[in-house]
Amino acid sequence: MDEGRSGFDAVEQGPESSDRPTDTPRHGDGDAGEHPSVTGLRARFGSTVLHEEVQAGDQHVVFVDPASNRAVLEWLKDDPEQRYDLLVDVTAVDYGGGKPIQVVYQLWSIDNKRALRVKCELPLDGLSIDSAAPLWNAANWLEREVYDLFGVEFRGHPDLRRILMPQNYEEGHPLRKDFPLRGRFSRAEQTRRALSQDYHDDYTTEELEVGGAPGLVLPEPDSSPDEAGRAP
Amino acid sequence: MTEKILELPEAGGSEPMLINIGPQHPATHGVLRLICELDGETVLKVTPDIGFLHSSFEKLGEYRTWNQIVPLTDRMDYLAPLMYNCVYVMAVEKLMGLEVTERCKVARVVLMEMERIFSHLLWLGTTAIDVGAFTPFLYAFQERERIYKLHEAYTGARITTSATRVGGMMADLPDGWTDSLRDFVKTFPKTLNEIDSLLTTNGIHLGRTIDIGVISGEDAINHGFTGPNLRASGVDYDLRKDNPYYDYETYDFDVPIGENGDCYDRYLVRMEEMRQSLRILEQALDRLPGGPMDVADPRVSLPSKTDCMNDMESMIHHFKLITEGISVPAGDCYFAVEGSKGELGMYVVSDGGEKPVRWRIRPPSFVNLSVIAKLAEGHLVSDLIMINASLDIVLGEIDR
Repeated sequence: MDEGRSGFDAVEQGPESSDRPTDTPRHGDGDAGEHPSVTGLRARFGSTVLHEEVQAGDQHVVFVDPASNRAVLEWLKDDPEQRYDLLVDVTAVDYGGGKPIQVVYQLWSIDNKRALRVKCELPLDGLSIDSAAPLWNAANWLEREVYDLFGVEFRGHPDLRRILMPQNYEEGHPLRKDFPLRGRFSRAEQTRRALSQDYHDDYTTEELEVGGAPGLVLPEPDSSPDEAGRAP
Repeated sequence: MTEKILELPEAGGSEPMLINIGPQHPATHGVLRLICELDGETVLKVTPDIGFLHSSFEKLGEYRTWNQIVPLTDRMDYLAPLMYNCVYVMAVEKLMGLEVTERCKVARVVLMEMERIFSHLLWLGTTAIDVGAFTPFLYAFQERERIYKLHEAYTGARITTSATRVGGMMADLPDGWTDSLRDFVKTFPKTLNEIDSLLTTNGIHLGRTIDIGVISGEDAINHGFTGPNLRASGVDYDLRKDNPYYDYETYDFDVPIGENGDCYDRYLVRMEEMRQSLRILEQALDRLPGGPMDVADPRVSLPSKTDCMNDMESMIHHFKLITEGISVPAGDCYFAVEGSKGELGMYVVSDGGEKPVRWRIRPPSFVNLSVIAKLAEGHLVSDLIMINASLDIVLGEIDR
């Protein structure tokens, strides 16, 4: 087994080796020792960089102070030596048991062909962090999803609404560990709510005002067929 | 012919109008709802509304053992199910530090490239039908049917393949399967050329796609575009070349790059990608070695039946692997492949147990779709349909 390739001593019977060439960088061949961006981050931001991990053999994870996530990400994106121009993913991890929720940014530099994972830990009573949407438009929907499913609030996000769950969903944030698999409400209550949805729930206020109000007037549910005011 | 035949209302002179496209509409390629603010036929603003297919796969995954998640993955992108099967187990294997056998590696490359063609063919057929060309749809689906048969021959299912396991595949490839695939590789270019001749220089198709939904390379990166959509904007980024996995650097193939970032370039890039996938398929089929498909690692592989019947330890081992599932060392791992629709990543987090703490899919279609508001602004409604089609989305994966 190639030593540089695997960081797991727990492997008692090593994987079968293959006869692949080793000249090109690839998944699993990264330098587990040092990541140039982490070194740069420490020099630039000092104690803002909390600690660093190497995961899965070669994946560098750097934990930064959530108060300065925007500054760190901006530097990583714009510094000519870093140039992490592609925000691959924004997600969160809830370990449960009252542990802080991690917000995870997965970055990739197209020029340098280098990956970096940045994590910020947020305590459960302070789930708020600066949005990365002003830096990358890609963060717009990805952060909306984290907000929807984890309840993390992104300060400065242009359009922080639920995205996968309905706008009027009131059971909480489903990917949190304290959220039961079948939801918080009973099946009967969930059905009742689904049936009593209003069309207003499917539009934002601005959308309802487009083209003027007249076309949107609907009859009261209890009005008889003879009464005037029925929608044509 | 300067005479106007049809008098259209002046843009800007009338009251804007709000219409819904979808969620139940064939041109949205799934249960996607587009809330459009229109001025006449011009799109002022489009807001996608998603979540109609939301099944919370990621939450379900936290209640399942590592191998039980595999069936969830193919239900996400039912247009390239085997690719999703593969990338999920690849991420888990990476986290375990497990290297699969050479035969398994090449077999997965074969399956993933086959799925790329499979997915692009659906995109090709349905996109052509969106701009009024019915014949390419029939040609493309005829070829897709052959891949469906290959799915069925290998896994027993046409869509819900669930073919991978951590450390290997559910079974070895059946006898004669590679010959059927070789036959497909040999004859498919004929159909592809026919479709090519129907669309690539077709005046209607050109008129409907050129300069529609343009995005520059820089904007595309900033918006998180990946895959053929990004390459159509002139950015040379393909994970098979830039961060190779499974020996992709040893295969001889080219990455097509577009120039203008419009619907037509996205079309051209995908057409060429299918040809390149055929090249990879040919090479992979030639080098498919013999030997075991599954890795011999006690952490994931079941002892043989003979061993189970003859010695107690093997039986206990078998029992524990079946009842508890495999355990994955604590840590997290992000693993991405060049999917048919863009960068397809899996982020798995383990605390050392038999179930993941978190299983996250980096959804290429989800990120690509978020750009539609920017792409469609100022175009006609009919172009909005074309732009939506050109992004190649699959709602099962967007909503998860």
